[in-house]
Amino acid sequence: MSEENYILQMKNIVKTFPGVKALRGVDLNVRPGEIHALLGENGAGKSTLVKCLAGIHNPTSGEIFFDGEIRENYNTSQALKMGIAMIHQELSPVLHRPIMENIWLGREPLNRFGLVDHQKMYEMSKAVLKEIDLKVDPRTLMADLTVAKMQMIEIAKAVSYDSKLIVMDEPTSALTDKEVNQLFTIMRKLKSQGKAIIYISHKLDEIFKVTDRVTVYRDGQYIGSEDTDKITVEKMINMMVGRDVDEMFPKVECPIGEVKLEVKNLSHSRFFTDVSFSVRRGEILGFAGLVGSGRTEVIETIFGIHKKSGGTILVDGVEADITSPRDAIARKMALLTEDRRHSGIFPMLPVRLNMIIANVPKFLNKFGLIKEKELKDTCNEYVKRVQVKTPSLMQKVENLSGGNQQKVLVARWLMTQPEILFLDEPTRGIDVGTKAEIHKLVTKLAGEGKSIVMVSSELPEVMGMSDRIVVMHEGRVTGIVENRKDLTQEELMSYATGTAHAVQALENK
Amino acid sequence: MSNTGASEKQSIDVKHILQKYGIVFVLILMIIGLSIAEPAFLSQSNIFNVLTQSSIFGIMALGLTFVIISKGIDLSVGSVLAFAGVVAASLGQAATATGKYFPQLGEMPVIVPILAALAIGALCGGVSGFLIAKTRIPAFIATLGMMTVARGLALIYTSGKPVSTLIPSLTLLGGKVFNVIPIPVIIYFIMIVISSVLLNKTRFGKNIYAIGGNITAAEVSGVNVSKNLIGIYAYSGLLAGLAAVVFAGRVGSVHPGAATGYELTAIAATTIGGTSHSGGIGTIWGAFVGAMVLAVMRNGLTLLGVDAYWQQVTEGVIIVVAVIIDMRKNAKKN
Repeated sequence: MSEENYILQMKNIVKTFPGVKALRGVDLNVRPGEIHALLGENGAGKSTLVKCLAGIHNPTSGEIFFDGEIRENYNTSQALKMGIAMIHQELSPVLHRPIMENIWLGREPLNRFGLVDHQKMYEMSKAVLKEIDLKVDPRTLMADLTVAKMQMIEIAKAVSYDSKLIVMDEPTSALTDKEVNQLFTIMRKLKSQGKAIIYISHKLDEIFKVTDRVTVYRDGQYIGSEDTDKITVEKMINMMVGRDVDEMFPKVECPIGEVKLEVKNLSHSRFFTDVSFSVRRGEILGFAGLVGSGRTEVIETIFGIHKKSGGTILVDGVEADITSPRDAIARKMALLTEDRRHSGIFPMLPVRLNMIIANVPKFLNKFGLIKEKELKDTCNEYVKRVQVKTPSLMQKVENLSGGNQQKVLVARWLMTQPEILFLDEPTRGIDVGTKAEIHKLVTKLAGEGKSIVMVSSELPEVMGMSDRIVVMHEGRVTGIVENRKDLTQEELMSYATGTAHAVQALENK
Repeated sequence: MSNTGASEKQSIDVKHILQKYGIVFVLILMIIGLSIAEPAFLSQSNIFNVLTQSSIFGIMALGLTFVIISKGIDLSVGSVLAFAGVVAASLGQAATATGKYFPQLGEMPVIVPILAALAIGALCGGVSGFLIAKTRIPAFIATLGMMTVARGLALIYTSGKPVSTLIPSLTLLGGKVFNVIPIPVIIYFIMIVISSVLLNKTRFGKNIYAIGGNITAAEVSGVNVSKNLIGIYAYSGLLAGLAAVVFAGRVGSVHPGAATGYELTAIAATTIGGTSHSGGIGTIWGAFVGAMVLAVMRNGLTLLGVDAYWQQVTEGVIIVVAVIIDMRKNAKKN
């Protein structure tokens, strides 16, 4: 093994945190010019491993060989100098400064008076951007870029360090398909220059598309490595989960009842125009479309987060005047927001408070004081019901994995006993096992007669779960289709890209 | 992190306890050290002395705990104390006072100045809260404005002169029950209990943590953020008004320049007690311990005969060190 030409060898890496053994002796071998995927459910240890590699953590034990030498006790800036760069899951650019200052932050070229040489910085930035075929003026402010572009700038920065190994932790979670393809082109280009890339993603189709080799981890242990072209999806999932996930989308037919929610000509001054649809009891209505097509804004407007500029919302046939989330909650609506960190969890607060916050009045006695026991019992009941893995109700939510954070949020909303649930990207960034659990739960809720509106950018998910699908394009509904057996992704995409229009036909049906 | 279920018990871990209650150990060490160096420190009268000295800024620190947990700040409490204090004192003057404010009203029952102080305090705080909630200007700016306005109003109201010769029932509030237990300390302890219940046992309390923890998520979860913000600052102002009553009782007069800089002492006490300025974290118990650390230090340094100027230097160092310890506690996981 060791005769092989590896740029990176991590051997028997152990990493413990107080009370948690995150890595229990795992290996990773990466060759130069290879795109190497790390796979595993949330909490499997991928992120911890790459953090050990990038110098963010020091491993408790184990050896790291990089570029022919054993490397010990280094920090992130030393890692960068060695040639290991990491593109983080959550970017942290200096937003109100230009691209070039972001690239050369902390190592700005100086002129002979010791002042920053902006001209030289500009030239150098242009050269680096050209290397990855990115056409953007280095003087543009970071704040003016899309998330995708910011990510490309991070890659440019990695290139500027002349990195031999670039780690990308879920770089595509916020990108559109087109942007993902751009990213892949850049990755392939870097590969052809002999650079190695470690790629972490939950999207299996991407892994097949772009990677050469896969290493799978589970519960902090090394499970195995395979060449990507010699492994099947089933095998991959099996290695990750340790069991077969038989039904990815366990849609069961359930009786569909009365119209519960009806939206007529809903408009927002900036985001969308003339959106009309209805959801019945027991129905799952999927919302498809490209990122930026206005899906999220539609449901956030119904929920009272944004102010509508026109149109009506009817609940049970009665016009509902909703101007704040409180109004929506009072009408038995619930919203699982798209961005868990931004508008979902309270990171440093305990699981308990995260669960009850939409529901505190239910736990008050006649003096307005909280009934501790009832609160605790209810939380425990919901922890069981949605299967949250947490050592205690007092655990800070930020210490749970992404999937478990999402389950805590699901519990928060189920506690309000909603009749209409809006789920915005309910499984984004969540591992396969948890994903299936959430799908099962959603189907069960529909079976109980709840109306569900689910926004998802993953077409297989929308097609697997929904009874009907609303497709949006640039702020307008371009199609509402019955989820037939012969419905194809291509058909949905033709609505999503605005090349077909089929609202009228089906609405009048 | 991986066992299912949610048992409430936590493993006993000495390091964990030391980190969690670090500042309590600091306080205990200070008390032990001082009582060895100066046995008079532990006398009953001195202990009550320390508690009394801490009661005014201690009461304000309770309100600031609410404010800081919600990721805000209230710079106005010192000035609000002065404004509420001069108005309360003017309503609580004895008939013998020279230049009495309301001669035609005679001597009023003590409840009048008390309610006036509480009302003015809550109103000033409420206005700050309203501005923060409705215009979303930073709390620092809103309360900086209120700090200046309230001080100005106190000066206008009094033409810059102290208000003195108060009725005995008001100065009694600065006295002692059975000649032993100081009334300011009793008021302080009652407010600790009330604040603690409010913060831990009510919907208001849960909402405060949620707003400080993630204001967007709080809004989406149906928390009425505006109403709660107004409530938070009104409570902080109310406690400043109560502190004004205690101040009037203890000093026997209120000067429009009174309590200058008290807001910073109160903020320091809250911060030393582990309430995080990044929001969502903090306890009433911590605010009490923080106030004690400051009061014990001041009292101890005086007993030891340390120069008053050096006391200030020491105080500054302690505040910063306490926050460094506290940040380490919160940052240990990364």
